Amino acid sequence: MRNFVQNMNQGSPQAVALKLETVSLDKTGAVLKVPYDEKLIGDPETGVIAGGVVTTLLDHACGQAVHTGLTEFKTIATLDLRIDYMRPAKVGKDIYAKAHCYKVTRSVAFVRAIAYDDDPEDPVAAAQAAFMLDSSGGRGFGANLKARKDRK
Amino acid sequence: MSDPTETVEAMLARIPYAQFLGMTIEMAGDEMTAILPFGQHIVGNPVLPAIHGGVLGAFMEMTALAQLLLTEGQARQPRVIDVSIEYLRSGRPLTTYARAEIKKVGRRIANVHVEAWQDRRAAPIAALRGHFLVTPTEPKS
Repeated sequence: MRNFVQNMNQGSPQAVALKLETVSLDKTGAVLKVPYDEKLIGDPETGVIAGGVVTTLLDHACGQAVHTGLTEFKTIATLDLRIDYMRPAKVGKDIYAKAHCYKVTRSVAFVRAIAYDDDPEDPVAAAQAAFMLDSSGGRGFGANLKARKDRK
Repeated sequence: MSDPTETVEAMLARIPYAQFLGMTIEMAGDEMTAILPFGQHIVGNPVLPAIHGGVLGAFMEMTALAQLLLTEGQARQPRVIDVSIEYLRSGRPLTTYARAEIKKVGRRIANVHVEAWQDRRAAPIAALRGHFLVTPTEPKS
């Protein structure tokens, strides 16, 4: 699992570009970190990291948490992601996301996550996500991306 | 007052994260289209390859912010309160477009819907609905 997650970070160009790192991973979920970086600033007047970075961090953390909740590897795809932004992240601080997969059904996994800088009790953002399991529908990895003949 | 299109372009040029994504805008009359050119750095899953879902969410979020600045004029950047993102299709290695529609603007809150697509406008790849905290440049009487 640890190796798989390392692949999910190092093998994903966007995760590499953001320098995403998995801090901890077990049955209770995943904790990921994005280091503060000036090139990720969303508001040049304050120096606060862009909300979009938190979005990507939360999506990535939720995806990894789904894999901790599965007994075997399955392809997954984000179905929806809802994020509440409670406060701006502190300037110069790394941001963490803690995600927990609390329910897995045959087709869907449900995940909750929070993003924080210093204290998990004082979160920057909270997320609720649903993931499709076996997103390639047994047709093989990436089948949903191929051109379909019946398409007009 | 300066040209709103230039204001939005200047805003994107000043935001490091917009530069990081490589996002630009284009105007057709008063209609703004946000453009996200494909690049290796926005790939989430290299096997497929597919654009990272978080990047699509971030792109649509920035599109909503740009639209608010363009049509409402803002004293400072609106704050995101919440977003709800729906993923409809995988983001393939193509240019992605997005358009935002402001559903309501009050004194403090704006509700904005955004849709993103690639080669077919009729086949959107993702949608976003969000609430934003706004600070209009001129107080409404």
